[in-house]
Amino acid sequence: MATLEIRDLHVTVEADNATKEILKGVDLTVKQGETHAIMGPNGSGKSTLAYSLAGHPKYTITGGTVTLDGEDVLEMSVDERARAGLFLAMQYPVEVPGVSVSNFLRTSATAIRGEAPKLRTWVKEVKEAMERLNMDPAFAERNVNEGFSGGEKKRHEILQLELLKPKVAILDETDSGLDVDALRVVSEGVNRVRETGEVGTLLITHYTRILRYIKPDHVHVFSAGRIVESGGAELADKLENEGYEAYTKGGASA
Amino acid sequence: MAEAQNIPVGSTTAGSIAVAAESTVATRMSAPPSFDVADFPVPHGREEEWRFTPLERLRGLHDGTAVATGNGVKVDVQAPEGVTVEAVGRDDARLGKAGTPVDRIAAQAYSAFEKASVVTVPKETVLTEPIRIAVHGEGGTAFGHQVIELGAFAEAVVVIDHTGDAVLAANVDYLLGDGAKLTVVSVQDWDEKAVHVAQHNALVGRDASFKSVVVTFGGDVVRLHPRVQYAGPGGEAELFGLYFTDRGQHQEHRLLVDHNVPHCKSNVVYKGALQGDAAHAVWIGDVLIEAKAEGTDTYEMNRNLVLTDGARVDSVPNLEIETGEIVGAGHASATGRFDDEQLFYLMARGIPEHEARRLVVRGFFAELVQQIGLPDIEERLIAKIEEELEAAVA
Repeated sequence: MATLEIRDLHVTVEADNATKEILKGVDLTVKQGETHAIMGPNGSGKSTLAYSLAGHPKYTITGGTVTLDGEDVLEMSVDERARAGLFLAMQYPVEVPGVSVSNFLRTSATAIRGEAPKLRTWVKEVKEAMERLNMDPAFAERNVNEGFSGGEKKRHEILQLELLKPKVAILDETDSGLDVDALRVVSEGVNRVRETGEVGTLLITHYTRILRYIKPDHVHVFSAGRIVESGGAELADKLENEGYEAYTKGGASA
Repeated sequence: MAEAQNIPVGSTTAGSIAVAAESTVATRMSAPPSFDVADFPVPHGREEEWRFTPLERLRGLHDGTAVATGNGVKVDVQAPEGVTVEAVGRDDARLGKAGTPVDRIAAQAYSAFEKASVVTVPKETVLTEPIRIAVHGEGGTAFGHQVIELGAFAEAVVVIDHTGDAVLAANVDYLLGDGAKLTVVSVQDWDEKAVHVAQHNALVGRDASFKSVVVTFGGDVVRLHPRVQYAGPGGEAELFGLYFTDRGQHQEHRLLVDHNVPHCKSNVVYKGALQGDAAHAVWIGDVLIEAKAEGTDTYEMNRNLVLTDGARVDSVPNLEIETGEIVGAGHASATGRFDDEQLFYLMARGIPEHEARRLVVRGFFAELVQQIGLPDIEERLIAKIEEELEAAVA
């Protein structure tokens, strides 16, 4: 069973000619089939955790370990991490002008699977996955994220999640900026992947709203660069009622 | 109408829209156009039209010290049936009709060539096969003059390939009769030491269409000056350019579209990628809408993608409008670095770095390549872009 283990992770970022520590000792274990929600106020370091795990060059790991099935993730390049089974659904996916969605998806699937998918089955696979996400077939001929609405960008991220079948999926604020209909479609996509039992999910969110659609096994409260409380789904209800104030008081800069 | 600009260190992007009684496009040249090299002073490098060009690398083309040698360039013209190919003397009346040299090197070429090549497509002749002109450098110095003339309602595609090593100064004239359609693809695929300076003059007839595709990959210094004028209303000009500037290369494209008659169109799109130390691309896009050119519709754009540190781009669009009675006029210029966020996004989907870079660069050129409308040329360009990128990775 695939397991992502994060131990005492410390991460800094360069900003305004100063080095700032964002993550201050994160411990977390995500197993295949589990869903963990990470909730926290703005600026608590949730997205830094997501991007550090994916290997974004902006972040410097200053301490701790991250392993996927015992393999050292921090030693891997960004593309190696993806091929090892890590997937990051981004909050702000970037435009890639001149590169069509279909070309991008096929290039990516070829890299992840280690061989080019057979054309006929691939076309069918993409078509069906797009239908499940209520995406127009014409979408495949558009350039990656170019002129996409917020909802289209998130559907496109989840489309990749469905096609690439990672071991561990990190969803960075996938719910932000979505209306209720889009949120439902996107959540259903995530649930389809979860129901296979083959993916560990790390759901990063500011709001409890998405947890009505995607039921977490574990909820962690993130504040000032570390996990400050962990519990079951009931912890989300507490946050819904009381907000983050209890965690941000007492010096944590949110 | 300049767009938001994203400018890396070591590049300049300037734009202006001038409404002037007197043409600054014409007056900022050091001397008026002339066929005689003696009418131009030897440039010292600070003149507006020379300030970006490394004079010391022009191998004497600019100061009269370059002399034609026997082993300059070999020109081979392959034309389908019905096309006339002639080598003519300096006194042939068709020479110089499309335009007059505007700088010293073009005038030097005009003053120094011995025989000109004239390719004629008779009126109403529609070619189904391209005319292919191979210009192969054999290591020496040459001055050339090429004329391509299409009679009324003739249609042709001309592919001019420059390969090998040479020091070449030339003028190329395109004469389009009324209603004629000419597509010219000029590929500069020189060896690394070549120096190539040329002026392209197109004279677009009434209701004629001219499409120019300039592709520059090779050479030490390539400086091209594509220019368009109209001989009657209803003319259209599309000027597309694609360059890939590598380490140490200087590639300069200076365009002028002179809207000198009413109701003509022009569309200019040049895109370039740069990689390596001291790679230098220069793009000057001058569009002049003269007072009498009512109903003009024009747009020009230059985009540059800087792939590595140490490369430099100078991009100067200049639109000069002497009448307000026009359909449209716009320009845009942008120079951007290779976007690390794009690279991260693609790599986060398992795509290795060199393949991700290739996707982005191919994407950058894709839209332009698709506009060329000649499948075999498009394929060749894509293959060549791949080759350039492979060389960069290796």
